[in-house]
Amino acid sequence: MKKYVVKRIVQMVPVLILVSIFSFMIIHLAPGDPLNMYIRQDMTQQEIDDLREDLGLDGTVVEQYFAWLREICRGNFGNSVINHQPVAAQIFEKLPATILLMGTAFLLSLLGSIPLGLWSGMKKNKLADQVVSVLSYIGISIPSFWLALMLIIVFALNLHLLPSNGMRTVGSDSVIDVLQHLILPSIVLSVGNMAVFTRYIRSNTISQLEEEYVLTAKAKGVPRRKIMTGHVLKNCLLPVITLAGMNLASLVTGSFIIESVFGWPGMGTLGMSAINSRDYPMIMGFTMLSCVILIIGNFLADLLYGVADPRIKQEVKRHRES
Amino acid sequence: MSLDTKNLLLEETEKEDAFEAAGREEKAQETFYERGIWYNLLISLKENRLAVVCLVILCIVVAASLMAPLSPHDPDAMNLRNKLEAPGKEHFFGTDDLGRDYFTRALYGGRVSLAVGTFSMLISLVVGTLFGTVSGYIGGTVDNLMMRAVDIFMSVPSFLLIIIINSFLSPSMLTMVVIIGIFSWMGVARIVRAETMSLKEREFVLAAKNMGAGNFEIIFRHIIPNMVPSIIVAASISIARAILTESSLSFLGFGVKLPMSSWGSMLQNAQSHIMDVPTLALFPGAFILLTVLSFNVLGDVLRNALEPKMVK
Repeated sequence: MKKYVVKRIVQMVPVLILVSIFSFMIIHLAPGDPLNMYIRQDMTQQEIDDLREDLGLDGTVVEQYFAWLREICRGNFGNSVINHQPVAAQIFEKLPATILLMGTAFLLSLLGSIPLGLWSGMKKNKLADQVVSVLSYIGISIPSFWLALMLIIVFALNLHLLPSNGMRTVGSDSVIDVLQHLILPSIVLSVGNMAVFTRYIRSNTISQLEEEYVLTAKAKGVPRRKIMTGHVLKNCLLPVITLAGMNLASLVTGSFIIESVFGWPGMGTLGMSAINSRDYPMIMGFTMLSCVILIIGNFLADLLYGVADPRIKQEVKRHRES
Repeated sequence: MSLDTKNLLLEETEKEDAFEAAGREEKAQETFYERGIWYNLLISLKENRLAVVCLVILCIVVAASLMAPLSPHDPDAMNLRNKLEAPGKEHFFGTDDLGRDYFTRALYGGRVSLAVGTFSMLISLVVGTLFGTVSGYIGGTVDNLMMRAVDIFMSVPSFLLIIIINSFLSPSMLTMVVIIGIFSWMGVARIVRAETMSLKEREFVLAAKNMGAGNFEIIFRHIIPNMVPSIIVAASISIARAILTESSLSFLGFGVKLPMSSWGSMLQNAQSHIMDVPTLALFPGAFILLTVLSFNVLGDVLRNALEPKMVK
């Protein structure tokens, strides 16, 4: 297992290098000199040169890339053009809010999809199954921002039940207040994943119910509820771990959109404002960090899967022997 | 559907089943797949009422968007005196903040959304199919490297990159189509690669090889034509994704530029009026949902029709 972990980490290195080149090149692929975005009419040549040096835009593209890499190794990813603060510090300041949102959404999607998936798998082709399957199609197809708008119209504007903007009411710092603000965005963010998970758990349940151990358990007179929770559920949850790792991208992307609808003060809002103000060190750092989060998430999901399912370990062993 | 018609349908299916079975026994020795794809598709459609509904919805949406110029209203004609009208007889969906007919605008928006969806689907299909066949056909180290590349593409948050690239280029329909296409071919490539790997071991490919066909000919005349059904399934799912991506982009303000509008940019505009005219936000989103839903459902039905074991 240790060897497997080391191997996976070594494999991540070239990917990270490629991702860093990618994040860097995006800005430099844009037509024209990036500096043009920051030059004002009344600047003297001296001021322009200073600005060029300040932004790290002097030297060839390769030199600039390595200068940027040095900044990454130093851990501050360069300075923002807008407020001249280190990029990394600003991103990490916003990270907790985003993680809170993504984590809650992820929990919600698991809590919703496990009973729904098991239930509809159990009632295969019955009315309940059909209803759940139509709902999960809708969950996959619904544009998240539209769902957000609809929920805001109903729950915030008409019923006045829930707040629709930001993370806290001004002047209040109670936990309940944050939770109230969290409800709508996390529900919207969870819908897509909930639908995907439900479908997987349903089809897994169907195939697990055909297994012989279920028949054995039934023959021994184990109550149905116990078969479902004790045997089937365990085997169904395994693939969800990998699925969760793969769907991390949709959470990151989703939070980008959802945060901008709900004014949630997280990474997404920061990224949007960076893009709108063309704060390119910020954009580069933001892209790089999002990719890193995704890569690490996938890696952790793979590891967890190995821990949860001994057969994977076996495979690793065989791999090592060959 | 009444019980009688249902029984009739059932009887018909049974008759066809019997007919097919008779034919199958004759052919059993020479063919592996007993039934044609279209036959399976028809059966799946008959069994799945949701799919039929989706097919009808899709036809209506596409036809309505294509016939948008027939609308008596000009999508860009402003009439500030009638702005933000509620839905009514004259304006089916009411009017927007500049007094433009919202129904006509929704139809024209549908043209943009569907066009972006279709063309980026085509790009991702072409790139994905070529990449997948080459990777699967050559195999070995090349295959390994190419699949690593797919992994890398899949592990970057593509939507974020699409936004960033779009914000630096001047957004037009063409750039949007190309960018969405470039970031969505990986799924197709994976499916196509797997199919290629199994197809290249089949007898007819070996026969073609023995008769002296070149690699190029084998790929384009024997392997790709045999994957068409799976490619169609991928196309249906990929068009749904592309429409969602396009509308999210436009909603965030990185989509097509004014006065052109898509369903997503209409929603962006509606966001500032949700207090007084919520219907402005309702209609374009409902269109997106119905269209994407239909493509997803039909893709799944197609997939089931193609899988021999799923057919009774």
